[in-house]
Order: sequence, then structure tokens, then C-alpha cells
Amino acid sequence: MDPILSILEANALASPESIAVQLKMPVEKVREKIRHLEEEKIILGYRAIINDDKAGRKNVQAVIEVRISPERDGGFDRIASRISRFDEVQSCRLMSGGYDLLVLVEGEDLRTVASFVSQRLATIQGVLSTATHFQLKTYKEMGTLYPEETFDERLKISP
Amino acid sequence: MKTQQSPRDYVAEHVRKIPRSGIRDFFEIVQSMSDVISLGIGEPDFVTPWHIREAAIFSLERGRTGYTSNLGMPALRREISRYVQENFGVRYDPASEILVSVGVSEAIDLALRAILNPGDEVVYHEPCYVSYSPSITLAHGKPVAVSTRAEDGFVLRAEDLERAITPRTKAVMLNFPTNPTGGTLPRAEQEKIARVCIEHDLIVLTDEIYSELTYAGGHQSITTVPGMRERTIFLHGFSKAFAMTGFRIGYACAPAALTEAMMRIHQYSMLCASITGQEAALEALKNGQSAMIKMREEYQRRRNFLVHHFNAMGLDCHEPKGAFYVFPSIRRTGLSSREFALKLLEDKKVAVVPGDAFGPGGAGYVRCSYATAQDQLEVAVQRMGDFVKAL
Repeated sequence: MDPILSILEANALASPESIAVQLKMPVEKVREKIRHLEEEKIILGYRAIINDDKAGRKNVQAVIEVRISPERDGGFDRIASRISRFDEVQSCRLMSGGYDLLVLVEGEDLRTVASFVSQRLATIQGVLSTATHFQLKTYKEMGTLYPEETFDERLKISP
Repeated sequence: MKTQQSPRDYVAEHVRKIPRSGIRDFFEIVQSMSDVISLGIGEPDFVTPWHIREAAIFSLERGRTGYTSNLGMPALRREISRYVQENFGVRYDPASEILVSVGVSEAIDLALRAILNPGDEVVYHEPCYVSYSPSITLAHGKPVAVSTRAEDGFVLRAEDLERAITPRTKAVMLNFPTNPTGGTLPRAEQEKIARVCIEHDLIVLTDEIYSELTYAGGHQSITTVPGMRERTIFLHGFSKAFAMTGFRIGYACAPAALTEAMMRIHQYSMLCASITGQEAALEALKNGQSAMIKMREEYQRRRNFLVHHFNAMGLDCHEPKGAFYVFPSIRRTGLSSREFALKLLEDKKVAVVPGDAFGPGGAGYVRCSYATAQDQLEVAVQRMGDFVKAL
């Protein structure tokens, strides 16, 4: 993977100046590469990882196992893309195993999510069944532990 | 009846001769302050990878809490043998040529005690890790320092080494990549040093604790120079490469007669290294490679960052090829290493270690560790830049 991606994946706020120095590249070249990564949609966006509990967000999240019937000319892609377009859908993945799509849905409350599943998702032609699991608690999000472990108990000076 | 001495007088003479560590004084000042960004830490900021910690927990759950063989768990020694052969290109017999120790520090002590007769001289390069000289003294040897130079990348030159050799010289201690300079030893110089050691029939103790943290060209051990294996004690451990400082696991690899001699001391002092640490070490060797490579990549980026910024702020800084330290010169500021470090700490709350804590050859330099998160390094260089400008 491009080392610029490694740095930005760990810290999206890393400045081009800092990246340039870390990778011994001219800063203009770093800017150009980042622009290219964005244009090529290799970098899809930048977002903060938020601890919803502390931020006071009461949203409800659910993962939904969706079974669908593949279509002759498009396989799973057309239905998956249709599902993905809903704002409520945070992520949508094709899976191997007992179901086809794993869909992460977020809504204001339990009722909103439930009605989205029953009225919008389950009624799409080609969707055979859904199984909804409501999320109870988050322990780790995007590689970051909840709450952040603070480990630095090292002596301030050591040989 | 003899008159009672003061408690101070009970202390053995050779112990009394050992000066207090220069790091110790400085540590106490830093420890008393809050909000300090410390570039003075000689251990990884990464926590031991979880799979290694988990292996240690699992071994406790299984009730593995007893002594191990004096030499260390056979499974760990087999794995060390494989690892050393694959990564350093030299084979040691797990049954008779490998000893697991309590950190590399113990292995250094064992090696020195095993080979030195009182008054034997041991040559080492300086600036160096703070324990070398005292360890030699404690083993009743005589430490002989050879200076290395910034313009040389802090490489030990064979001709400098040879000048320090006398009829009493018994051994040479090497540590490349070096704490505190990050210097490495190129193959050509290794070969020249090997020739000197063979000619004068010297034993080499090579502390390669930072070998995995070599950023260009890969690491080669002097052990692999023809004629060296039989006169070398190869010392290595888990603290730096696998971020396992607190587990205290190191090892020595050496011809059977030397390993046996070290084992005699080890069995009557430490007995064995902690079994939990050994279990963790075993997991590190089996499955720790990818986490280690990730840490190394990050260290390299941080090194580039620090070297660039130190040079930009007017502190001459060579680019170290290994370890996780940079060693910039502060001569231009007109301050001594200690004055620089103290004033920087007071004015800007950034801690660096005065270079002369690592021997007189380190005067005029400070050691800055980049085993600190990138965001902290960014604040540190900002503060240091302001500090240097205001001098």
C-alpha cells in the first residue's frame, strides 16, 4: 500500500508538510499524490471516529443479514447498489456463507430502523429474507478501542 | 573486636567506584515536572502486540507458572535457533549453544563474568549504552573506551580499535545499531574489525538488540564473518523489535563451552527467566513478524521527520541508519549538553538526554528518542525550534 495511505489511514489530519518530511518527498509531490488518490477514489473521504456514547448520540444501529436472489446479468450488484443508496445504510457488503449482504443501518430510534427494514428493504424485488440484529454496545470502532486505552506509563527518561 | 564501619564502608570497593548514571539525575528532574513531552525514553511507545500478550495470559490460564530449564524452555530455544538462522544466517544448537536470559542486560553481565579474569581489559565504543562500562567493572574487568565520531556515522573504526588493544585485552563489545547514536556497522568495517579480533585472539560480545530496527540495507551480524562464530557471543532479545521491554527476555548464543560457562552463573543467580515472559517470547517469534515490520515502518518515518526538522532548526544531525534515536549536535548553541537539556526542559518542557550521559564522547550532543507518537513529535519539534531560535 502507498505509504501516504498508511499515514492518512492512521491520522487523516496529517499535513502534507509532515507527510513530505516523513517520506522524504517534496511537499508538492505529496499534495499531487493525495489529489490523485482522491480523484481515483482510492481515498473516498475523511471522517472522525466518534464515541457516540460520549457525544450523546442516541442513534440506533442494526446489522441486517439480507438474502437476495442473484440476477442473470448483474449477479448481486444491482440489488446491492440499490440498497446502498439509502441514507440509512451506513455500509453494505457482499458476504460468503448463509446470507448474501451484510447491511449496517442507522436510525433515530428502534421504530425508524424497524420500519426501514420492513417497508423499504424487505420489499425490494429480489430480497428473499432479512434478519435484523440491533447493536447493544460498541467496544471497538474502525480499529480504535472504546474508550481509548491510555497506556503510556513508561518512565519519562530511560537508558 | 573490630570497630564497626559506617554503612558506606561496607560497600565493596569496585562498586563504590561506579559513578551514578547521568540519566538517573536527569530522570529525577523530569519526573518531578508535569506536561513534559519526553524524547528521553529508551523503550518503544507501542504496547506489546495483543497476540503476544494474549499468549502470556493463556499460559497463565493453563497454569504454566513454574521454573523452566536453566537454559530456557526447549521450545523457545528451538524457535530462537530458527529465527537467528533465518534472519542472521548463523546456526546455533538449541540444546547447547543458546541461553535465555532476563533481558539482554543479564546476558551481557553473564558473558562478561564468564570470560573475564580480574584486570582483563574490554574495549567498547563510545558513546554507548550506559551499562557497558559499569558491567565490565562489576565483572572485575577494566573498561577501555574507543570514541566514534559523528562525521563517520558513529561507526567503530578498526584502526581506532587496534590502537586501544594491549596484552591484557580480552574482549571487544559491539552494539550496532547503537544506542544512543543509531549508528550501524557496514560490512567492510565488520570484516576489518574481525581481522583485528582474530589477530589478537579477542572474544566479541555483540549486542544486536536493535538489529530489526535497521532502515537501509538490512542488518548483518559480525558473527557471520568467517572465523568469528567461534569467538563471538551473540546477544539479542525481544524488548525493542517486539515492544516487550517489561517481559525482560533476552538471549545469548555462543559456542557450547561459553554457553555452559554463562549457564553456571545464571543457574546460581537468576535460575531461569520468567516462564510467562518466555511463553510470550515464543509467540513473538512464531507470529510477531508482521507487527514488527509495521512498527519499523513507522519508526523510519518518524526518524525522517526528526532528522529533517533538527537540521532545519540548525542542529546538525546525521541520519542514523538504525535503532530509534537521533543524536543531533547542539554545539552551535554554545551550551553544553546538560545546559541545553536543562534549559529546554525548563523553558519548553521537552525532555532530551544529554549526550555525555553515554560517555564523554557524547558531549556536545543530545539523544532524542522517536519512540514517541508522531503528534507528540510534531509538538516537540515546534517547541524545540522556538527554543533554538530564542537562544
